Amino acid sequence: MSSSPQPWNNPKLRAFAIQLAVLFVVGSFVWIIIDNTITNLQRQNIASGFGFLENPAGFGIALTLVDYTEQSSYGRALLVGFLNTLLVAVIGIFVATILGFTLGIARLSSNWLVAKIATVYIEVVRNVPLLLQLFFWYFAVLRALPLPRESLSLLELAFLNNRGIYVPALLLEGNGLILGLSVLVGIVSAWLIGRHAKRKRLETGEIVKGIAFAPLLVFVLPVLAFLALGMGLKAEVPSLQGFGFKGGWSLIPEFVSLLLALSFYTAAFIAENVRSGILAVSKGQTEAARALGLKPTPILRLVVIPQALRVIIPPLTSQYLNLTKNSSLAVAIAYPDLVSVFSGTVLNQTGQAVEVIAITMTIYLSLSLFTSLVMNWYNRHMALVER
Amino acid sequence: MSESFVRTNHAPERMPPNAHIGVVRWMRENLFSSWFNACLTIFSIVLLFLTLPPLLDWAIFSAVFSGEDGAACRVDGAGACWAFVEAKFGQFLFGRYPAEERWRVLLTLFLGVAGLAPLLIPSEFPKKWFVAYLLVPFPLLAFVFLSGGLFGLATVETSDWGGLMVTLVVAVTGIAASLPLGVLLALGRQSDMPVVRILCVVFIEFWRGVPLITVLFMSSVMLPLFLPEGMSFDKLLRALIGVALFSSAYMAEVVRGGLAAVPAGQYEAAKALGLTYWQSMGRIVLPQALKTVIPGIVNNFIGLFKDTTLVLIIGLFDLLGIVQSNFTDPTWSSPQTATTGYVFAAFVFWIFCFGMSRYSVYMERRLDAGEQR
Repeated sequence: MSSSPQPWNNPKLRAFAIQLAVLFVVGSFVWIIIDNTITNLQRQNIASGFGFLENPAGFGIALTLVDYTEQSSYGRALLVGFLNTLLVAVIGIFVATILGFTLGIARLSSNWLVAKIATVYIEVVRNVPLLLQLFFWYFAVLRALPLPRESLSLLELAFLNNRGIYVPALLLEGNGLILGLSVLVGIVSAWLIGRHAKRKRLETGEIVKGIAFAPLLVFVLPVLAFLALGMGLKAEVPSLQGFGFKGGWSLIPEFVSLLLALSFYTAAFIAENVRSGILAVSKGQTEAARALGLKPTPILRLVVIPQALRVIIPPLTSQYLNLTKNSSLAVAIAYPDLVSVFSGTVLNQTGQAVEVIAITMTIYLSLSLFTSLVMNWYNRHMALVER
Repeated sequence: MSESFVRTNHAPERMPPNAHIGVVRWMRENLFSSWFNACLTIFSIVLLFLTLPPLLDWAIFSAVFSGEDGAACRVDGAGACWAFVEAKFGQFLFGRYPAEERWRVLLTLFLGVAGLAPLLIPSEFPKKWFVAYLLVPFPLLAFVFLSGGLFGLATVETSDWGGLMVTLVVAVTGIAASLPLGVLLALGRQSDMPVVRILCVVFIEFWRGVPLITVLFMSSVMLPLFLPEGMSFDKLLRALIGVALFSSAYMAEVVRGGLAAVPAGQYEAAKALGLTYWQSMGRIVLPQALKTVIPGIVNNFIGLFKDTTLVLIIGLFDLLGIVQSNFTDPTWSSPQTATTGYVFAAFVFWIFCFGMSRYSVYMERRLDAGEQR
């Protein structure tokens, strides 16, 4: 005897009802928020919309990669801030990766002293808030440097003071286009040689001699072109004029402290990823490679590192994303990044809270999604192909 | 007749050669195993020699340990100004919380530790009562004790809260809110119902894709716009909401990893026993999932604890904020004040975070013991 089926015992019907309820709750929540926001904005007489981006900004920015004056628009200020974020993130990722790999390998070193130093560095840096480290670099280290007049100098060429770092600028005399082209040719030919060597290795098992030197082409070709065309280099040494230095290349202290804090902090995390990646490669792999008669360097390059990278890359991606997002701490020391310029100054001047925050968040979201896309592609490329 | 020599007594035991024992052998194996290692060792020793003596000199030998004001620290060649930390210690812990009411903060801390400690030590007594206590009565008690206004306790505005106390309030609230929220989001992300799944995915990816600073900006400038006219939230509460939503998205991803690690057979067995969805999740799947991701959860806690410092950007005084605001005090101004303050704050944060990470390592080993045969 079967009992009559109750409607709430029908899984499909129940799932439908639940989803309808969830949709209703979330929908009405969002609607209430939007309604409240519109009422509040009207009450405060704030015009909504993105028209304010065309208005002149009227404030200066300390570091600009593109043309920007006080007469430029808010939209232009947004671009300046965004490029400054990218600048510190890209250089930070580069430094953090090198430092992180070095530290990760050092922590596994058979040299007791080296391993201990790396461990202490990692355990100290990882467990102290990034903002604190940023303040430390900015206020306690760089602000404590001498005034421009009493700058620390290196051979009267490079100068360090509380306004920043000044190094001689290298100015190229001659055709820069040819130099750029030769770099490009170097990259392409190094890539082609590498591909050829790999194919040969896979087909014949023969290792092409001197393949490790192929990347040097990227440097050698431009130098040859430089010498052949008789181009010259002129160094412009920074000099003290008035209250500051003129000429040469300079880095503002905000940029230097943000870069130091971000890359030292992230490096500690990358080091741990690298360590776990290398430890994840089973010892049998090394032993098998040795049994096949491979030498230590090819074992590392052909057996251990490719397998370790598979484990390292996914968490490495998150670290790159973290670094990019953490660059927003710039606002605390007024390095003109996206958040500092746009969510800080522009928001205060215009009061367009909703639009400004929405634009900032959208930009970070797209950056995050783009980075994950690229890294996922690379990850798939490197992943183990299993049957 | 030839005599054969047969030894009748043992030769005395001799020590191995010097190069194979003790310090010499240890050094040969760990410091000078190859010329490359020897170079590294020498490099490291030089590095230590360049950093350690000045550091020790600054922190201990030339440091100023006592004084009524910053005069002793302004002397040329003075090291760390620990007297500054000593003088401001009460502020660093409680901010501007009235001195005569500080026992309330300590009592709250004690109530929290009393509930938490039994959960952290491995033991047999029933833990669910402690969990229940921490989830419901404790937050209410903490709220009443800290802000006052009831039972004859004087009201203390949150604008007077500060220091380590605010750091702990933000971190503990974030942790307590993000754990259940994160579990729900992770379950939602695995759900068969497309509407629920998509909403959870969008929620998680949104919060994970933006920096915490923009979240805090949003909670401080946009949240008031979301509310009906005339209703307003406390500044600290707004920050707490932002932190909780942000960290729950990260927690959800950790829990998702744990859910994926539970073998499909466990889900099927629960279903075969006729358990409902919530029964099978609550009694079979989640306990196993959460157990496997304890290290990940603790890592999240550590991250959250460090991130609490960001609230100073929207004008709340956490430990770092209060330490920094005291640098402007003219009586204590000296070249070393700022550095000393930062080092002190770093040390406090380090103790908490390092403690948590050691605890997670310990738990990992202990839980792992059951898997070993």
